Amino acid sequence: MSHVLAAGGGTNLDADYSVAFFWILAVLAVGAGVAMICVRQAVHCALLLAVVMLCLAAMYAMQGAPFLAFVQIIVYTGAVLMLFLFVMMLIGVSSADSLVETIKGQRLFAGLAGISLVVLLIVGIGHAAIGSAPKPGAAQGADNLNGLSKLIFTTYVFPFEITSALLITAALGAMVLAHRERTSPKPTQRDIARRKVASGQVMPEPPPGVYALHDAVDMPALLPDGSTTERSVSRAITQRDIDLGRDPRAEVAADLAAEARVAPDLQLPPGGATPRTPRGVPDEEAIVSGTQTEGRAARGVRGSESE
Amino acid sequence: MSPAHYIFLAVILFTIGAVGVLVRRNAIVIFMCIELMLNACNLAFVAFARMHGNLDGQVVAFFVMVVAAAEVVVGLAILMAIYRARRSASVDDASLLKY
Repeated sequence: MSHVLAAGGGTNLDADYSVAFFWILAVLAVGAGVAMICVRQAVHCALLLAVVMLCLAAMYAMQGAPFLAFVQIIVYTGAVLMLFLFVMMLIGVSSADSLVETIKGQRLFAGLAGISLVVLLIVGIGHAAIGSAPKPGAAQGADNLNGLSKLIFTTYVFPFEITSALLITAALGAMVLAHRERTSPKPTQRDIARRKVASGQVMPEPPPGVYALHDAVDMPALLPDGSTTERSVSRAITQRDIDLGRDPRAEVAADLAAEARVAPDLQLPPGGATPRTPRGVPDEEAIVSGTQTEGRAARGVRGSESE
Repeated sequence: MSPAHYIFLAVILFTIGAVGVLVRRNAIVIFMCIELMLNACNLAFVAFARMHGNLDGQVVAFFVMVVAAAEVVVGLAILMAIYRARRSASVDDASLLKY
């Protein structure tokens, strides 16, 4: 911190260090940027963007802008990227980008446009006379904060006030956009209890590992009656298994079959349902037997013979 | 390092962001590429501020950060609204106006 704030001439560093740091950070930033538009997973994109932003923060500090460096880390890497990751969590981490080109040759033309943009800008900026040496006189180091605050609250005070209106509008807009109108009445506790009984599943299903033969999360849980339930496995994990070409269901079925061979008195058919009386509650069954049958049929397995 | 180096780096980062906006189909990733472009602009502003020897460029970069934060908030809220309606964050799927 004191190093960052201690002012040098044009930058905060010796010339040699500044050159070395610049090239290291530049290569890192450009590499992370290129990787960002190449990787398919959105989460990897966010992490690579964090690398770019941290590199830029270090560059701000090297250029005598310590305030902006810290704001970059706090606001961008801290708040904005966390917001990205949060929305990604809500939308679904598994949403990988599709590689189908909807417009033919789009990537090719985008690459060509990018190259031409780089050439255009570099040639244009190269023609403009950019002084190679920075002018002295910029408020550096500890004066940086004083100078910035003086500018913000004198010359730029009107844009600064407008900024507050912008932020309030953005917060309100986000609330309005994220708000969902409730179209049906809110279910009461009685409704929830009734629905639970009607579904035929009064008790929660055991999580993976309770009666399990395996303790991996992608293995479906074993129900007390010996059958397995697919609902105990998160859909994201199932999708990952499919992507990786694994089949935990077949493994479980094979293990159940092996167990039935070893201990035949257990009477566990491979992966299927065992006709046993469920540990449900017969009274509720009598009340809502109509809907319960449907629920059973939809779930397909357990205890349909008890009726 | 001279400010010109930083400005050329900003040009390259800006172009990477622009190409990313053109190439990617996931709306979140497109937003991230826009953020990359804004960051590149900030780098150029800071370099120009150092080149001219005053702090105006840094103030503008600060304002750009504020506007970018507001933009991200509203943009991601729109994205969530679209996702709620269509169950997809791909820009190809939000094509109702086309037909």
